[in-house]
Amino acid sequence: MRQEWYDFNPGSWTTDIDVRNFIQTNYTPYEGDDRFLTGPTGRTTELWNEVLKLMKIETEKGILDAETKKPSTITTFGPGYIDKEKEVIVGFQTDKPLKRGIMPNGGVRVVQKALEAYGYELDKTTEEIYTNNRKTHNDGVFDAYTEAMRKARHTGIITGLPDAYGRGRIIGDYRRVALYGVDYLIEERKEQKKLLEIPVLQSPDIRLREELSEQIKALNQLKEMAGSYGFDISQPAKNAVEATQWTYFGYLGAIKEQDGAAMSLGRVSTFLDIYFERDIKNGNLTEEEAQEIMDQFVMKLRMVRFLRTPSYNDLFSGDPTWVTESIGGMGLDGRTLVTKSSFRILHTLYNLGPAPEPNLTVLWSNQLPEEFKKFCAKVSIDTSSIQYESDDIMRDVWGDDYGIACCVSAMRIGKQMQFFGARANLAKALLYAINGGKDEKTGEQVGPLFAPVTGDYLEYDDVISKFDQTLDWLSELYINTLNIIHYMHDKYNYERLQMALHDISILRTEACGIAGLSVVADSLSAIKYAKVKIIRNEAGLAVDYEIEGDYPAFGNNDDRVDNIAIEIVERFMNKLRKVKTYRKAKQTLSILTITSNVVYGKKTGSTPDGRKAGEPFAPGANPMHGRDKNGAVASMASVAKLPYKHAEDGISYTFSIVPKALGKSMEERVNNLAGLLDGYFCDNGHHINVNVFDRETLLDAMDHPEKYPQLTIRVSGYAVNFVKLNREQQLDVIHRTFHER
Amino acid sequence: MMKDNKIIGRIHSLESCGTVDGPGIRFVVFMQGCVLRCRYCHNPDTWEINKGKEYTPQELMAEIRKYKSYMKFSGGGVTFTGGEPLVQADFVAEVSKMCKEEGISVAIDTSGFIWNSAVQRALDYTDIILLDIKNFDPMVYKEVAGVPLDPTLRLMDYLREKDINTWIRYVLVPNLTDNLESIEELSKYLAEYSNVSKIELLGFHKMGEYKWEELGLEYTLSDTKEPAKEMLIQVKEIFDRSGKNVSLNS
Repeated sequence: MRQEWYDFNPGSWTTDIDVRNFIQTNYTPYEGDDRFLTGPTGRTTELWNEVLKLMKIETEKGILDAETKKPSTITTFGPGYIDKEKEVIVGFQTDKPLKRGIMPNGGVRVVQKALEAYGYELDKTTEEIYTNNRKTHNDGVFDAYTEAMRKARHTGIITGLPDAYGRGRIIGDYRRVALYGVDYLIEERKEQKKLLEIPVLQSPDIRLREELSEQIKALNQLKEMAGSYGFDISQPAKNAVEATQWTYFGYLGAIKEQDGAAMSLGRVSTFLDIYFERDIKNGNLTEEEAQEIMDQFVMKLRMVRFLRTPSYNDLFSGDPTWVTESIGGMGLDGRTLVTKSSFRILHTLYNLGPAPEPNLTVLWSNQLPEEFKKFCAKVSIDTSSIQYESDDIMRDVWGDDYGIACCVSAMRIGKQMQFFGARANLAKALLYAINGGKDEKTGEQVGPLFAPVTGDYLEYDDVISKFDQTLDWLSELYINTLNIIHYMHDKYNYERLQMALHDISILRTEACGIAGLSVVADSLSAIKYAKVKIIRNEAGLAVDYEIEGDYPAFGNNDDRVDNIAIEIVERFMNKLRKVKTYRKAKQTLSILTITSNVVYGKKTGSTPDGRKAGEPFAPGANPMHGRDKNGAVASMASVAKLPYKHAEDGISYTFSIVPKALGKSMEERVNNLAGLLDGYFCDNGHHINVNVFDRETLLDAMDHPEKYPQLTIRVSGYAVNFVKLNREQQLDVIHRTFHER
Repeated sequence: MMKDNKIIGRIHSLESCGTVDGPGIRFVVFMQGCVLRCRYCHNPDTWEINKGKEYTPQELMAEIRKYKSYMKFSGGGVTFTGGEPLVQADFVAEVSKMCKEEGISVAIDTSGFIWNSAVQRALDYTDIILLDIKNFDPMVYKEVAGVPLDPTLRLMDYLREKDINTWIRYVLVPNLTDNLESIEELSKYLAEYSNVSKIELLGFHKMGEYKWEELGLEYTLSDTKEPAKEMLIQVKEIFDRSGKNVSLNS
């Protein structure tokens, strides 16, 4: 055993790269309560106050600073600090805190536009190089897009595609840097590359050899970058502070070079806990020091920044980075994976105050220790900063060392990645079905030409059969579009460091998505259980609908409509399964919109459920605003019925409740919230965002943002500073159902 | 009520996430019909017995069953409220019996005014009674509720005899139920009832006022203010002397 590994129990991890085995053979489950936790140290608080000052300026200006010349790589920038003496964990993406780097490999026009939006100008030489000499991902994609793809993108039946920005949703196993040191990882890559010296080299193997070479270069640059901060990470970390720093360096290398939409961290807190426990046991670390390391680590994660365009912000508002950290869960052997560090990382929400990032995600199981459940419920009630996902469902599919990328996408750490595919607008697809493939807003023939609905009233069977045809077309178009995007991303914007922190042979998923599920379910329910009359314009295009009678709406735990929603998910997923994917990726599906439910609504005409043209969709898998009439639990129960096996990329539900609706005393509220979570997950719910506050607080924050710099609210799959949302999105949040009874 | 020889319940509405009518997360059944006419009632739309949606016990049970996980994990159950649920005691008894068979805890939120064999049967299956005592002075009680206090006190004795867990609810309305001497009497009286495990002191609020207007009823408390915090604390202290667990919800 290496000397850095003293006191650790050996296992297969000592001879092979196997972080899960290291965790399983060495971690200490914790079933106690939160009383061991300590407050922030003086220097943590002083440092955080400095950060808050910078963030205040940033909120006023939009961004604090931006690089305009040098594209970001792992080693572009020398070291940066806020106050070196006080920083226990160091490292920034650029040379200054909150300064945003540029990553033109994704697309140079996007960089240009983003800089201009904030009053900066891209250096002429850089622009010249990325326009004439170095092709970008964005250029590649548009060289290959078909006419049909351009149209679908333009009308918004498929939107949010990562064709001009980094795809993200890849989690490097950053823990490997701490456990093994970079030299070992480089050696392993070199050996793997040798295995690819085979008689007949064809393109997949050639590509892999090139990728391995890039990965080795990236690992060498990672060492160099850490060296600039005075750390030698070629060897394993020796103690808790090093383990945290090494892990952070791994992550930092990734975010210096890639600006994917979601740059998630993985599942590090229980891994780090092993180092914390060893140091505490040997008298080398106090609880205060352990918490200080965690607070300062989290502080750095709160300062991750990417340069985005205004149109990107419309889709994903509030400057999210999805530094998702997965906490807790249960092991396959029945022991809980909750450790003291699971508490410590959640406790940063008190020590530093609430914040949207890192995206703290509790992997919930009915078997979690009761004290941990209570602590989570309390933190949710106090901060509205946590999301919960069903460990019981995901452990079955992904084992016990998966992490969440972005909002709801589970992947085995270091063994799996995804080709992020944003989402298809199924509400629009339903309108295409009614209008024979014509766009309801422009009248343009976007889908294939087939017979539109001709009668005055919509007939259920007729609409379903036309919808089915539309979905056949859409699923093919969608997957082919993603195939182009990910082919080009691999070619022009390959994530060499993140992939260096994966196994060589990995599972890739083709992560498709649905927007507008509750709109479609309610529309079909209205057609089935009420009468829906078509209103046509002069050109004969169906542009509006009149509903005669009532219909059961999704969100009331009524099987008549809930089964329709289930059926749509299954139907669409089965169609996606039929289409061939790039690199043999396995098709998956999410029901998640981020904040794009507003933009999708804008781009979609009136729908047969009574929603008017331009009105927002509900976020993710949520019922439509105001249509859930039977209270919070009925709404949760409807969402919990959606089948994870046909939506393995996650089913997002956002839940808002006023404090008094959870009970009268804090003790009751904690018990009831934990009970709600247990009930929801026991009934197979997959994900839930929990917000606990009064609508009045949000209204006040709209008028007096300066009073609420840290007010955090969970939206679809992530959290934002409420005051960073635009007015339209703030109103959308306020108009959503708040359970008040 | 009976229809074609079958028990039918008339239900005003259902709430899947009740957290203020008994412990844990509760499936709350708002039963239609009440014989009291409390001046501060916030559900006057439940008074009329002939309104609401009809359910058979089996139909309601099918709804209740959907929420078993939530009830189980939170230590909750079903709460019948209204209206006065015991106006339809035969229906409540029938559903409560089915709940007991499936291990679901039952609470009934009542004024205690109604007494008959069906009520007695319903109580056999009840885990918690939330008993609303509007006032302890018979004259004031009558003024608030329009009916006499005696039946409620008789029910109290029955609940003690059967040792049924009882939570007392008292709504503090300025200039109406803030007669401190009677509250002191009530506190002493409750101390004698070992089955009373909790007293919930609730501050008057006007959230139901708009319903009175919608129904064309005259709301007589428009000018009444919500009780001052000091007043609530003072009353809580009086109840504290009963030795019971007292919660204050203003």
